[in-house]
Amino acid sequence: MTNQIHERIKANPKFQELCAKRSSFAWTLSAVMLIAYYAFVAVIAFFPASLGTPVSEGAITSVGIYVGLALIILSFVLTGIYVQKANGEFDALNKEILDEVK
Amino acid sequence: MKRFGTFSSVVAGLTTLGLSSAAFAAGAIDGAVQKQATNWTAIVMFVAFVLATLGITYWAASKTKSAKDFYAAGGGITGFQNGLAIAGDYMSAASFLGIAGLVFTAGFDGLIYSIGFLVGWPVILFLVAERLRNLGKYTFADVASYRLQQGPIRSLAASGTLVVVLLYLIAQMVGAGKLIQLLFGLDYGIAVGLVGVLMVGYVMFGGMLATTWVQIIKAVLLLSGATFMALMVMTHYGFSMEAMFKHATEVHSKGIKLMQPGGLVSDPVDAISLGLALMFGTAGLPHILMRFFTVSDAKEARKSVFYATGFIGYFYILTFIIGFGAIVLVLNHPEFMAADGKGIMGGSNMAAIHLAKAVGGDLFLGFISAVAFATILAVVSGLTLSGASAVSHDLYASVWRKGRASDADEIRVSKITTMVLGVLAIILGIAFEKQNIAFMVGLAFSIAASANFPVLFMSMFWKGLTTKGAFYGGFAGLISASVLVILGPTIWKDVMGHADALFPYKNPAIFSMTIAFAITYIVSKIDGSQTARDEMEAFEAQYIRSQTGLGAEGASDH
Repeated sequence: MTNQIHERIKANPKFQELCAKRSSFAWTLSAVMLIAYYAFVAVIAFFPASLGTPVSEGAITSVGIYVGLALIILSFVLTGIYVQKANGEFDALNKEILDEVK
Repeated sequence: MKRFGTFSSVVAGLTTLGLSSAAFAAGAIDGAVQKQATNWTAIVMFVAFVLATLGITYWAASKTKSAKDFYAAGGGITGFQNGLAIAGDYMSAASFLGIAGLVFTAGFDGLIYSIGFLVGWPVILFLVAERLRNLGKYTFADVASYRLQQGPIRSLAASGTLVVVLLYLIAQMVGAGKLIQLLFGLDYGIAVGLVGVLMVGYVMFGGMLATTWVQIIKAVLLLSGATFMALMVMTHYGFSMEAMFKHATEVHSKGIKLMQPGGLVSDPVDAISLGLALMFGTAGLPHILMRFFTVSDAKEARKSVFYATGFIGYFYILTFIIGFGAIVLVLNHPEFMAADGKGIMGGSNMAAIHLAKAVGGDLFLGFISAVAFATILAVVSGLTLSGASAVSHDLYASVWRKGRASDADEIRVSKITTMVLGVLAIILGIAFEKQNIAFMVGLAFSIAASANFPVLFMSMFWKGLTTKGAFYGGFAGLISASVLVILGPTIWKDVMGHADALFPYKNPAIFSMTIAFAITYIVSKIDGSQTARDEMEAFEAQYIRSQTGLGAEGASDH
């Protein structure tokens, strides 16, 4: 019984579509986060001075403060983008797949 | 006027609360903290917190009947509530006092640490959260052993869990004892005993439901307190960051260097290794992973990470402002300076506490002290529940009784384990009072990243994983992370007093994670047994469930 359901889900092109779309979306966002963070770590390790430069002539606030805040905001925004799409589009597709085997 | 202990002793207390060893490894630790005058405002507020949480525990106990209620709050926590609870698990007293203190002494470097602690969350959401929710029941071992042999994999996962939980618990207990001595003027032994008794009470009687609500209340209190402090600081400067930074750089001995990366992460290998441990260690912390089973489905699991990331990110921005606020409102103000003129009373990790007094007077100081205590209690409760589940659900019910244990038996073993862990935590907390334990949380993160995470990740993503591969790879990660930390500067040099470390880096994750993944891969590849073929065969069914949630655990009816 379960095997039959599995076979039907596997054969459903919508299932293939769901897995392909969701996984490429998840990996793309992960790559954005990983690259952004490790680029930040690499800059700290190899070019620390660049983060210490003031944002504008005569200012105290350094570029690094904004980069740091941007990373925090980026983390939050990326999770928002993923949840929006996964809980909307992907879950709707998922529901169709499950309804078809009921 | 209360008097605080020496700088190093406070560093000792706080380093142990939850920050990676590297953050404050510079501080020498002598372990001696003087008992302080009793702080009644703080005690009254803390007693109010304890009474409220005991009330919740009483309510939760009446709703906690099945194993599912005990381990996973019946699966009935919403995404928003779970997001707050996850944030609560993550915002330890060290994140608050330690990072604020780090910003206070080093400015920008404090931000580097906050970011390292935050960036693991999006990755957990994208790659781990929904598969974990769809496949698991109570512990991450459910997922790792889904298509593999229960005995070896659950033993491995339980070992990883217990080592991480014990290291974390000792660190929290010792930190708690010292912090409470400083803030409340209670004896170290009484403080440790109190924390142990309360945490056993919450977990044993209220299970996951009580633990979750203790965590939520504490998260709300901590976020409100920190928001108030940051707002008070910003109103001083008409909400201009530039004006605040300008003033801070004028009064701080580091001057403009506060705005620049300092020496905190100077070695590239160590920096990247620390980044790996923070990022993937978070995805291997058993008490955090367990939270994903408290929500009804993958949809709510995703939402909880979204909210958690928001709360944690917001909290780190607040601690950054609080750190700078302390530079301008605490530093060089005579009432907060140490008697010997070297820095502020109690050391840099007390910066946020002093700032609480500077912006809100004695009443608010009492509030923040009580919140710091509540924070420790909430974190140790989550840890204890996670350790108890590893013993009762993974070792007892699945390995020993081969899945034939009744719900009642499983809960009973869980409660006994909770008691044992409580007693153990108190004994170890007292035994380690004067020990240098700054390495413990760093080691816990490294082990989580090198043993728990690789097995969990490979089991979900790689069809070719076999029981043998996971077992040897996981233990290789656990052992290599431990050995490299022992041979590294934090233990070999700082604790054992040898002149030079045998292993040059403080953070072993880049090596131990590689070892774990490589051994898992190689052993799985050369495993030609029939069992191995069956396990690969079973990946498909697991994959379908992990993607669609078909057959996943739902919420219970009540």
